[in-house]
Amino acid sequence: MTTPFYGGDFLANQTPVKAMTAMGPAIIDLLDRMGVPFNRTPEGLLDFRRFGGTLYQRTAFAGATTGQQLLYSLDEQVRRFESEGKVTKYEGWEFLSAVLDSHGVARGICAMDLRTMEVKTFPCDAVIVCTGGNGAIFGKSTNSVVCTGSAQSALYQQGAAYANGEFIQVHPTAIPGEDKLRLMSESARGEGGRVWVPKDKNDKRAPQSIPEGDRWYFLEEWYPKYGNLVPRDVATRAIFKVVYENNMGIDGQPMVYLDVSHLPPERQHKLEGILEIYEKFVGDDPRKVPMKIFPGMHYTMGGLWVDFEQQTNIPGVFAAGEADYSIHGANRLGANSLLSCIYGGFIAGPKAMAYAKGLPPMEGDGGHAAELARQKAANQALISNQGAENPFKIWRELGETMTKHATIIRYNAGLDEADAKIVELLDRYKKVNLSDKGQWANTSFAFTRQLWNMLQLGRVIVQGARLRDESRGAHYKPDFPDRNDEKFLKTTKATFVDGAPKFVFEDVDTQYITPRPRRYDATA
Amino acid sequence: MAERTIKVEIKRQATPDAAPVVEKFEIPYRPNMNITSVLGEVAMNPVTCEGKPSTPVTYDSNCLEEICGSCAMLINGKAMMACSALVDRLQDGDPNKTITLAPLTKFPVVRDLAVDRSVLFENLKKVKAWVPIDGTYDLGSGPKQSPQIQEQRYPLSNCISCTICMEVCPQFNDATGFVGAASIAQAKLFNLDPGGAVLKEERLRALAGDGGIQECGFAQNCVQACPKGLPLTEAISDMGRDVFVQKVKDMFRQ
Repeated sequence: MTTPFYGGDFLANQTPVKAMTAMGPAIIDLLDRMGVPFNRTPEGLLDFRRFGGTLYQRTAFAGATTGQQLLYSLDEQVRRFESEGKVTKYEGWEFLSAVLDSHGVARGICAMDLRTMEVKTFPCDAVIVCTGGNGAIFGKSTNSVVCTGSAQSALYQQGAAYANGEFIQVHPTAIPGEDKLRLMSESARGEGGRVWVPKDKNDKRAPQSIPEGDRWYFLEEWYPKYGNLVPRDVATRAIFKVVYENNMGIDGQPMVYLDVSHLPPERQHKLEGILEIYEKFVGDDPRKVPMKIFPGMHYTMGGLWVDFEQQTNIPGVFAAGEADYSIHGANRLGANSLLSCIYGGFIAGPKAMAYAKGLPPMEGDGGHAAELARQKAANQALISNQGAENPFKIWRELGETMTKHATIIRYNAGLDEADAKIVELLDRYKKVNLSDKGQWANTSFAFTRQLWNMLQLGRVIVQGARLRDESRGAHYKPDFPDRNDEKFLKTTKATFVDGAPKFVFEDVDTQYITPRPRRYDATA
Repeated sequence: MAERTIKVEIKRQATPDAAPVVEKFEIPYRPNMNITSVLGEVAMNPVTCEGKPSTPVTYDSNCLEEICGSCAMLINGKAMMACSALVDRLQDGDPNKTITLAPLTKFPVVRDLAVDRSVLFENLKKVKAWVPIDGTYDLGSGPKQSPQIQEQRYPLSNCISCTICMEVCPQFNDATGFVGAASIAQAKLFNLDPGGAVLKEERLRALAGDGGIQECGFAQNCVQACPKGLPLTEAISDMGRDVFVQKVKDMFRQ
C-alpha cells in the first residue's frame, strides 16, 4: 500500500488510495474472469512482472498490451449488456456541458451528435464523467486524439473545481513521431530493458556493435537499487539531463537507447505487441537493434476534484479514471491508471445510484432550455465568426508553448510566458474562421469547440505550476529543487472565477503513512 | 531547389448520398510522416492544388497506433490503417509518386474517408463475443488457464475491429451476408476461454446458417491484409470444423 504514496510523493489523499489497493486483487480477478488473456505461469495461474517504482513482481500483464486487452474486454461486457437491452450507447455524441438547475444541481447533460451536429439535452439524475486525460493540450502526447480534456474543462467553467492540474506525467520512453508520441510501454524495462547512451558522444558506431564497456547505463549507475525501473518522473528527468545538460543524446539528437536486444527470445516474446509497433513506425527491428526513445507527455494526474465518493463539487456530477485527480498524487506508478479507473468506476457507480434515489424532483425544466440555448448560441457564434484564424494553427501554438514550458522542467518566467501566450490564443480564438461551416460530420467544427476548453484548461495547468514553488513528483522547478511539505503538501484546487482560474490549497489526507523524503538513488 | 512536397489525391463525399469527387492537395514533406499527419497538414491549410479553398478532411481516428481500429481506409487502393501507413514506404523512393486516399468500399460512407463500421459490432453481438460473467462483484479468481491456451488466445485478442478483413474479403457483401473473419476469430477466442466456453454451442450455431462460416471462399485475403497479423484462416478452419461437429450433434439430438 505504501508504494503509491511514496511514488506519488505523498500528494494523494491516502483514504482512496488505501481503498484502491485493497480492491486491487479483486479487480484483477474480475478482469481475468472477463477473459483478458493474462500471461500464465506453467501451472495456469496469473503471472506477474515488475514495473517502475516497485521492487516486487506484482503486476499482472497480457503480453505488452495489457491496457488494450482490458479496454476490449470491458467493451465486450458493455456490448453484452447492450445486446440484452440493459444499456443504450450514444456513441458519437460529444459532451458539451452539464445541465444545472437554479440550485446548481446537475439535471442532465448537453451534447452534440458528431454526424448530424444536432445539439440536445439529455435528462438524468446523475452524471459520471469518464473522459480520460488531456494530452491534446500539449499538442503531441502518447494519448488518443479524443483526450482533449474538453469535458473536464467545460465542467470547470461551469463551477467544478479542478485539482492538481499542474501534475502531468511525462513518460520516459516514447517514440517521437510526426503526429503523436507513441508509448514504448514500461513493460520493456519490466522485462529487463536497459537505457543507455554511448560513453563517447562522438561514437558513430552502430549501437549493436558498441561493446558493453563503451556504453553508459546512466539509470543503473545513478539508481543502483531500482536501476532502469525507477519511477517515470525520475527516469524522465535523468534522460533529459543526459540529453540537455551532458549533451550525450544519440548523434546530438534528443534521444537515448532503450535496449531489449540482449533479452532471451522468451522475454522478447512477452513484449511482442510493442516491439511490432516500434518496427512498424520506425522501421528497425528492436529485437536486434536498440530502440531510440525520448520522454513524452503521457498522463494527467490532476483532474476534476472529487470527494472520497467520486463526486465533484457540482451535486450529481461524479468523475472517475484519468478525468479525476484522486489517486496518483504528484506522479502515477505504472499500471495504476488501469487499476484506478476501474476502482473509480466501482465507487462512482453505486454512489451515483444512491445519490439519484435521494434526489428531490426538479423544479420546472431543471435548466434544460437555458443550457440548450447557451450551447446553440456558442455553435452559432463559431459559425458566424469573421476573421482569419485557423483553429489548427492555434492548437499547434498551444501545444508548443505547453510542451516547452510546462512539461519536464518548469521555470516561473517560462510559465508566465506560457500563460500570456494562452491569453493571446484565447483572444485569437474569437477570430477563428472555419473553412468548413457545414452541418454534417464536421470534425473540425467539433474540434474547435474542444479547443476553447483546451485553452482554458491550459491556464489551470500553467498557473497551478507557477504557484507551486517546490519540486514534487512530476512537477520539477530547478529554482526550487526540494519538496516543501510545510507550504505545498496541499491539493491545488482551481475554480473558474470571472473568466480565469482562482486557486485555493486544500490539506492532504496523510493519516496512514507519514510523508518522508522520496529518494530512489539510495542503495539500502 | 523547391521544398519537397507530397501530392495526395483524396476521394471526398460531402454526405452519404452525395456524389464523390476527387481533390488533389500538395503539402510540405517531412521525414517519417504518416497518413494521419498528411491529413493534419491538409486541415492546417485546406486549399487544393488548383488553389481552390476546400475543407479539412473528415476521417475517423483516435489512438494513432493500431489499437482503436478506427482509421482504416484505402491507401493507394489498399485497405490499411492510416496511422501506420508511412509516406516514405508508400512512395518507395519515388518522391513524385501521388498517394491516393479513399474510403473503404464495403461500408456506408458517412463523409469523406469516414465510414460506418457498425455491422461488425452487430456481428460480434450475434456470436456473443464475450464471457458471460455472473457479475462484477468479488467472486474470487477465475479458472486456471494453461499457458498454451493463453498463447492461442492472445493473438486473437489483438483484433482491433478495423474491418479490413471484411473489406478485402470477396465473400463479404450484401448477397452472402457473411459475418466476416473478425467475428469468427472472436468466436474462437471466447470458445477457448474456460469461462467463455459456456456459450460455445450458441456461438457455433450462430455461425452455422446463411451468412455463417460456410460463406468463406478461402480467398485468404483476410489473413494477408490484417494489420495485426491475426491467424484468421486458422481460426476459420478450426471454427469450420467445430461448426460441422455441432451440426452433426444437433442433428442427432433432434
